[in-house]
Amino acid sequence: MKKALVSIAFGLTASLIATGASAQATLNSVKQKGFLTCGSNTGLAGFGLPDAQGNWTGLDVDLCRAMAAAIFDDPTKVRYIPLAAKDRFTALQSGEVDVLSRNSTMTMSRDTQLGLDFPAINYFDGQGFMVRKKLGVSSAKELNGASICTQQGTTTELNLADYFRANNMKYEVVAFATSDETFKAYDAGRCDAFTTDASGLYAERLRASAPDDHIVLPEIISKEPLGPAVRHGDNQWGDLVRWTHNAMLDAEELGVTKANVDQMKGSDNPEIKRLLGTEGKYGEGIGLTNDWAYRIIKHVGNYGEIFEKNVGEGSKLKIKRGQNALWTKGGLQYGMPIR
Amino acid sequence: MQTVVSQTSPPKKSFLYDPKVRGVFYQVLLVAVVGYLFYVAATNAIENLQRAKIASGFGFLENTAGFDISQSLIPFSAAGSTYGDAFLVGLLNTLIVSAIGIFFTTILGFLIGIARLSTNWMVAKVAMVYVEALRNVPLLVQLLFWYIAVLGPLPQPRNSLEMGAGFFLNSRGFFMPRPVYAADAWAIPAVLAIGLVGAFVYRRWAKTQQEKTGRQSPVGLVTLGLVVGLPVVTWIVLTLAGANPIGFDLPKKGTFNLTGGMQILPEFVALLLGLTTYTAAFIAEVVRAGILAVSKGQTEAASSLGLKSGQTLRLVVIPQAMRVIIPPLTSQYLNLTKNSSLAVAIGYPDLVQVFMGTVLNQTGQAIEVVVITMGVYLTISLVTSAVMNIYNRRVAIVER
Repeated sequence: MKKALVSIAFGLTASLIATGASAQATLNSVKQKGFLTCGSNTGLAGFGLPDAQGNWTGLDVDLCRAMAAAIFDDPTKVRYIPLAAKDRFTALQSGEVDVLSRNSTMTMSRDTQLGLDFPAINYFDGQGFMVRKKLGVSSAKELNGASICTQQGTTTELNLADYFRANNMKYEVVAFATSDETFKAYDAGRCDAFTTDASGLYAERLRASAPDDHIVLPEIISKEPLGPAVRHGDNQWGDLVRWTHNAMLDAEELGVTKANVDQMKGSDNPEIKRLLGTEGKYGEGIGLTNDWAYRIIKHVGNYGEIFEKNVGEGSKLKIKRGQNALWTKGGLQYGMPIR
Repeated sequence: MQTVVSQTSPPKKSFLYDPKVRGVFYQVLLVAVVGYLFYVAATNAIENLQRAKIASGFGFLENTAGFDISQSLIPFSAAGSTYGDAFLVGLLNTLIVSAIGIFFTTILGFLIGIARLSTNWMVAKVAMVYVEALRNVPLLVQLLFWYIAVLGPLPQPRNSLEMGAGFFLNSRGFFMPRPVYAADAWAIPAVLAIGLVGAFVYRRWAKTQQEKTGRQSPVGLVTLGLVVGLPVVTWIVLTLAGANPIGFDLPKKGTFNLTGGMQILPEFVALLLGLTTYTAAFIAEVVRAGILAVSKGQTEAASSLGLKSGQTLRLVVIPQAMRVIIPPLTSQYLNLTKNSSLAVAIGYPDLVQVFMGTVLNQTGQAIEVVVITMGVYLTISLVTSAVMNIYNRRVAIVER
């Protein structure tokens, strides 16, 4: 008994000290572990969804895959940890995951009070509503008195309260822990409307018992800049996430794709040379090798490619590029220069 | 850590080998190690919070919440209410579902426990199947069963089941008329209070009368008349006199759902049903064990005195069984209260769902929120336990 207590005591102390130290340099600990832990959605088509074999696909998980490619030259060295909205930030703060890439909105309070940083925005979104067609509702302004299913611990829940208050309408909120439970409750008829980010509405509609019975209302009631989050204070790790996203945007802008990246290595274009590491030592600045971006594009592709594959016209979701087009094509995605 | 103190004259030993000294030494050592552990854990947490620039402290409870809650016993709105109010709403929702659950589960548990000992083969077997089936399926599964399989397929609001007199049932819950009290409605609770006092006085009188003369009075009937009959008669008389003390706000069909009246959420119903039926299975076993613990001679003695079987159960067996039943029954009450936190799976806004779910997430104050929640459950459990212990002391065998 005494011995057991003493050994437990020392074990606990050791582990406490260990977590204290490892929180500082995420990149080193990731390199040591040999894989990256990625906080992902519990299942949202197009963004983060495991298939029957446990292979994850989606825009958000591809960011983790790109990071693994940059660090290890192997996009499979990622361990996905599915997190409900209400658990995600705690999991990141406590070091359970190295990076959180699960359609999380960047807000000021999250950035400044939660001990988080949002280094990049990989999807510009806005909150919308979905209802059954047979209700005969064509605008969110007609939802006075409706009951609405939403996921707890989200910005969605707050925007919903704001919107109904601003429009002087009443509603009944039914909040669930996971997106799965929320949508099931809506599909079973517990609520008149389902609300989440517009991308999520299209993704969840695919899972409805009769997808064609539901319509997405035209109103977008909020700005939802979605992106990966990391712990505040580890700037090197934040840089790595930021530049992984930028490298994929720059690659798309420069026309570097998964298919032609090897030929592009011989390009004379100085921007491409810097991107692919044939000129300059940009990789060293984020603690990696200089061909870091080459590895990302070789294994995962550029932003346009992963967009099309996961959520764009080539996918089941068929979402238009819209705001997520490159700045050169009228969108908001703007890859910072590598130089 | 134990000390063996011999009462006989202590043989001369070295100070180091004195068992008393050693005992104290180990105790002090253990306290020091535990204290150090807590110190390390606390400083480590504080350091990590500071490094990550996470705001800490309990100030967040005064910030505006900004979200809505579907069921609240106190006024709550996204606009003016604080996280502290959200905490209260969650706490009250936990307390109300636990209190109502404890009430119903006690009744159901006793009925089934007694039924399992019935001499009627059918009744006993039905009770046995109930206990074995409910006790061996995880509560979470049962909650989801009630919520998704039983309450889910109820009709949509537009085709609500009408049960007459303003009662409706649909997938959004159970709707009933809401009483609206007029100015002279005070007469009814006043009469109820008079009825209660009257019933109490009558019971005491009946008891002394029985002890003196052996004659029994119709206590049950008179109590019913005084407590229920009197207020109802007053209400009817007032209404006939044109005072109309209580009106009713009936639910009406609105655009999306019924409006007006009183609404009981399906989440609440599912949680209450799940907790009640599950815990009742355990209480039934506790009751059965308690009854079996009463010696058979007691029953035989009672029948030889000419008591009927119902009387034997009520006056002889149950009072003695209670001494065995109370301690494990207390545990079941605590289990029910703690299990109510599974509400999070079916969207009932209890303390865990509102406070540890939404509030924790919107504020990020994980440590504070978890500490408060743990404190609340600990307090509820200790209070329940204390109340049951007081009751236990009153029914315990007084040894002479």
